[in-house]
Amino acid sequence: MADLLRVENLRKTFALGGPPWARRRVVALDGVSLSLGRGRTLGLVGESGSGKSTLGRCILGLTKPDEGSVVFDGTDVASLRGRRLQEFRRRVQPVFQDPWGSLDPRWTVGRSVREALDCFGIGTGADRDRRVLDLFHRVGLDPALAGRRPTRLSGGQRQRVAIAAALASGPELIVADEPVSALDMSVQAQILNLFLDLRQDLGVASVFVTHDLGVVKHVSDEVAVMFQGRLVETGEVDEVMDRPRHDYTRTLLAANPALHAIPDPRSP
Amino acid sequence: MSGLLSFSDVTVRFAGQERPAVDGVTLDLRAGEMFGLVGESGSGKSTLANAVLGLLPGSAQVTGSIRLNGREVLGLSEEELRQVRGDEAAMIFQDASASLDPTWPVGDQIAETIRAHRPVSRREAERRAVELMAEVGIPDAARRSREAPHRFSGGMRQRIVIAAALANDPRLLIADEPTTALDVTIQAQVLQLIDRLRRDHGTTVLLITHDLGVVAQVCDRVGVMRGGRLLEVAMGANLFARPTHPYTRALLAANPATAPRGSRLPVIPPEWSVESLGPGGADG
Amino acid sequence: MTSLGLPAPPARAPQRRPGRLILLGLLALLILGAAAAAAPWLAPWDPEEMDVMGVMGPPSAAHPFGSDVMGRDVLSRVLFALRASLLVSTSAVAASLLVAVPLGLLAGYFGTWVDSVVSRGLDMILVLPAMLLAITFIAILGPGSVVAALAIAVIYLPILARVMRTGALVVTRNDYVLGARARGASHLRVLLTHVLPNALGPVVVQASILAGFALQLEAGLSFLGLGVQPPTPSLGSMLAEGRDVLTIAPWVEVFPGLAIVLAVLAFTLLGEGLRQAFDPEGVAE
Repeated sequence: MADLLRVENLRKTFALGGPPWARRRVVALDGVSLSLGRGRTLGLVGESGSGKSTLGRCILGLTKPDEGSVVFDGTDVASLRGRRLQEFRRRVQPVFQDPWGSLDPRWTVGRSVREALDCFGIGTGADRDRRVLDLFHRVGLDPALAGRRPTRLSGGQRQRVAIAAALASGPELIVADEPVSALDMSVQAQILNLFLDLRQDLGVASVFVTHDLGVVKHVSDEVAVMFQGRLVETGEVDEVMDRPRHDYTRTLLAANPALHAIPDPRSP
Repeated sequence: MSGLLSFSDVTVRFAGQERPAVDGVTLDLRAGEMFGLVGESGSGKSTLANAVLGLLPGSAQVTGSIRLNGREVLGLSEEELRQVRGDEAAMIFQDASASLDPTWPVGDQIAETIRAHRPVSRREAERRAVELMAEVGIPDAARRSREAPHRFSGGMRQRIVIAAALANDPRLLIADEPTTALDVTIQAQVLQLIDRLRRDHGTTVLLITHDLGVVAQVCDRVGVMRGGRLLEVAMGANLFARPTHPYTRALLAANPATAPRGSRLPVIPPEWSVESLGPGGADG
Repeated sequence: MTSLGLPAPPARAPQRRPGRLILLGLLALLILGAAAAAAPWLAPWDPEEMDVMGVMGPPSAAHPFGSDVMGRDVLSRVLFALRASLLVSTSAVAASLLVAVPLGLLAGYFGTWVDSVVSRGLDMILVLPAMLLAITFIAILGPGSVVAALAIAVIYLPILARVMRTGALVVTRNDYVLGARARGASHLRVLLTHVLPNALGPVVVQASILAGFALQLEAGLSFLGLGVQPPTPSLGSMLAEGRDVLTIAPWVEVFPGLAIVLAVLAFTLLGEGLRQAFDPEGVAE
């Protein structure tokens, strides 16, 4: 079966300021290629400056790469315009990290979840309201919360709203940028469970961008390790975590205390 | 009662909140140990730490007793607290940038801390500042002490803040989430640095964090807080191997790094959810 | 004190005053505005009618604010003048907003060359001193209230646009703006439903404060004879006329002056109250 997503040789630099004749540039992506099959979860791991967030944005079509291409279901994203671009947007949706900044503070959360439906013109008004209720149930939120503003919800609840909003248009691929990093451990656990459920029930593919190897290990099928704009290692999760090939991967594993320092309380 | 820092039934209440942020905490820190205080947001851990150096807002009501080196610190005047801060006890925070003046050279800032508590000349303080920067592992310290904070990476800035905190050889160092904002690879380095300095200087360290992994790396003893209460205290290894409190057990089990791949992570039992405890309590 | 490492204690809870300030300002404005609007009915005398018998008469039953050098009723003139001044200053700010808001939104949201072009354009206006710009306008287009309003609108355009731009810039950085785009929203939709509502606060605050300044500016212009033209009385021209007789008949100068002060105070109170009410929400990072 053809890959759902293929990224080929992506390059992206950003201008950092300075006079026009000596503008400083930072290389965010330096020739990145990877692929993802339908229904699979890819954990994109890296520290700050690795380019993982930029890659996520390129996949979403929100940032245009300088070189290379993002191919979704056989079509180059850069070539999409108008209705076909909207169609692409329907099928690929984001979940962001910051539970504060990812929802409009003036909108009720119900309206935020409905936004995709409104913009894409899916269904009638009544259809949309029904769908919002469905989504609330699916992400484990009390529908009565739909009329509230984000400030009146907890971090975990806001993140569920963000996930519901991403699911609204029925996407085939979700790009989640550090979706649990800002959450407490206990809340994080609940959201990770939700991601696992969604994968199982909906068969949606995801790109999970994170710096936390523990999270990656738990929810991903495949892992891609990034360092300073380059992809240094990819592979099945078990393979990469147990038998890392690249030095940086090894450094990451070693530095992540959770993976070895804490003895499993269940082991004898 | 020989502890360097002891809390006796400390309760902190903020105006207008029904639940206390810190609820009857009793705890003794032994001299020279690294104590990890773990809790999620709202657990009261930061509030407890802030209480030691009188950094709580005026509207906070604190009862109980906090003794530092045998001396009661609750109720000290602002002037007396000023003398304690940076000298007998020092504190570092999550965001190093917020602790550093962006316009001053870092060497001067460290020197200022020294001169605030010791009668030394400016030259002597600056020399000592460079020494400290070298001790915390900043290469080319003499030259770099003239630079402003933004010229340093996040990890380096945190090292500078640590250098300033240890400038006057305090007996107690309180570190509130010192590595949370740093990359994982840098986190390990900074923790190792704090541990090394502790052993070299014999400082007692109270390390506050939400990250069990951090605590597992360097702490001798660990305390778990939830909803303002101290639920359990144990030796590091014991806490992880044989946690007694159900909340601690649930927290450990909820760690995706150690749970079996793809399994459903256990959820904290509802009777312990923050929601069920109601609103209130400062950010832990 | 050792500055290193110790953050200031958390700020005390915001005081309840913003509501009161806003209320006070609004009330004052309402009273002034109503009085000004009702001038034709409220004024006891025709503002141009000269009572030859009572030239420069002190405040009395017939003339509550006294009468001026030509025997005209000061109260009636103040009411009509207030009307003219309020009209000019509020319409100037409104007109300015009409252009400033879209410009600021576009500059802050798109950034890059759009921002450069808009900002440099606005800078050119900012460079010129307000009074000079206004006088130049009037020199070219002739005196009058419409021209005065236009000049004032242009003068305050960069200020309002800049506040809008900053707000738009800050709001656009949030993930929900990116999210909206990903969820199919067009730029226009994002601007109108997300950016504008969240960034408008400080602009409204600035606009009310500027309305007060606009009033002073208009008074200054009409003091020089360049603003509202006779026969319509204006607060500024009344100040000019009253200057000569200040020692003999102070009421001729004092009451229009008082009107200006009250109006500006009202606008400022409103603006200040709005600012205190909006700040806690922290759009202005």
